[in-house]
Amino acid sequence: MSDEEDIILSELNDEELTQQMHDDLYDGLKEEIEEAVNILLARGWEPYRVLTEALVAGMTIVGHDFRDGILFVPEVLLAANAMKAGMSILKPLLIESGAPRMGKMVIGTVKGDIHDIGKNLVSMMMEGAGFEVVDLGINNPVEAYLDALETEKADILGMSALLTTTMPYMKVVIDTMIEKGIRDDYTVLVGGAPLNEEFGKAIGADSYCRDAAVAVETAKDYMASKHNQLAD
Amino acid sequence: MTLSDEILTTDGLVPKQIKGRILVLACGALAHEILALIRLNGWDHLDLTCLPAILHSAPDKIPQAVEDAVEKHRDAYQAIFVAYADCGTGGRLESLCARLGVEMIQGPHCYSFFEGNDAFENRAEGEVDVFYLTDFLTRQFDTFVIKVLGLDRHPELLEMYFGNYTRLIYQAQTNDPALDRLAEAAAERLGLRYERRFTGYGDLATSLGDL
Repeated sequence: MSDEEDIILSELNDEELTQQMHDDLYDGLKEEIEEAVNILLARGWEPYRVLTEALVAGMTIVGHDFRDGILFVPEVLLAANAMKAGMSILKPLLIESGAPRMGKMVIGTVKGDIHDIGKNLVSMMMEGAGFEVVDLGINNPVEAYLDALETEKADILGMSALLTTTMPYMKVVIDTMIEKGIRDDYTVLVGGAPLNEEFGKAIGADSYCRDAAVAVETAKDYMASKHNQLAD
Repeated sequence: MTLSDEILTTDGLVPKQIKGRILVLACGALAHEILALIRLNGWDHLDLTCLPAILHSAPDKIPQAVEDAVEKHRDAYQAIFVAYADCGTGGRLESLCARLGVEMIQGPHCYSFFEGNDAFENRAEGEVDVFYLTDFLTRQFDTFVIKVLGLDRHPELLEMYFGNYTRLIYQAQTNDPALDRLAEAAAERLGLRYERRFTGYGDLATSLGDL
């Protein structure tokens, strides 16, 4: 998607610049993304608009092409790095400007598992979609999840595992939530390479999420239905 | 004729002629070890065919590839034994083998059955931050690790992939100082402490010995 000639980002109009940012995210060009975010902010764009129209929209294209086998993990990671750089400029501004909040998620990789690439992508995309994310990192025992859910007053629990040997631990967490009578207080989303929908159902999760984009859409759906229930 | 690792990676291994009663349908990454076991033990009742070893990096494609191969070969043999462990399929390969009525190796992956599934499980808690290499993966480190993860093009991604690992354990199936040196160099390239552990063929030998 790169052009041969040098493009002066500041000379592009808003529409061209947004399009260029989608291309630059696709190509994982971190510095260009940082520059473009600052240009849009200087032009008076609201931070939330920069986030959604430039970064999230661009990363969604990356996600689709990853799902369709056009892009592979290294390219997605480079794109994620570029998006993260843009988000780090926007984050303090989003807090100041009171951007809409969709809900709160506690997320972490399960005990015995140190893999966090997928989890980190989900965290970032959830933040991009307006969720507050409390990331517990890797190798989390059940107590870490339950403590964080309670302390943070979260709406959603996200669990990730990359290994066949560690994914059953998700059931340990859910069973403990059932024992303590708190399972229905939270939406539980699970993901990771060896998982599938059948596994998600078997362990009692609300949903298995194939990728970060699905996680975001699923979380939004659950939050919407929760609000509808409260409104009834 | 020596078996090329490159061909095992991309194409696998086609059985030359039907000689045995049982077909071992294996991952290409196990070809050298299984042929060595057949030779050492005189297991003339076993033939070997392998799927491309590169499926190791795309586990979601393994069940379909195994199913296709079982259907292709099953009429020519009394039995087929699938020399894969779960290998990241999340139980799908086990369900498939049960449906097809074929046996497979027990365990989560080759790192486990080479060491012996029980021994591996006992150590698992203390080794969550370990990255393993076998003989095959040591020889094919550039293809299976560096290139698949894009580290040849984007070395800056190393921290994202390996930042949570601390050690690389080379599980040696054979004693070969040249492989030791390669494995140690791989650890250095990934920024991990190096350890060598001789496993031999572990549960692979006992599984095939039971056939």
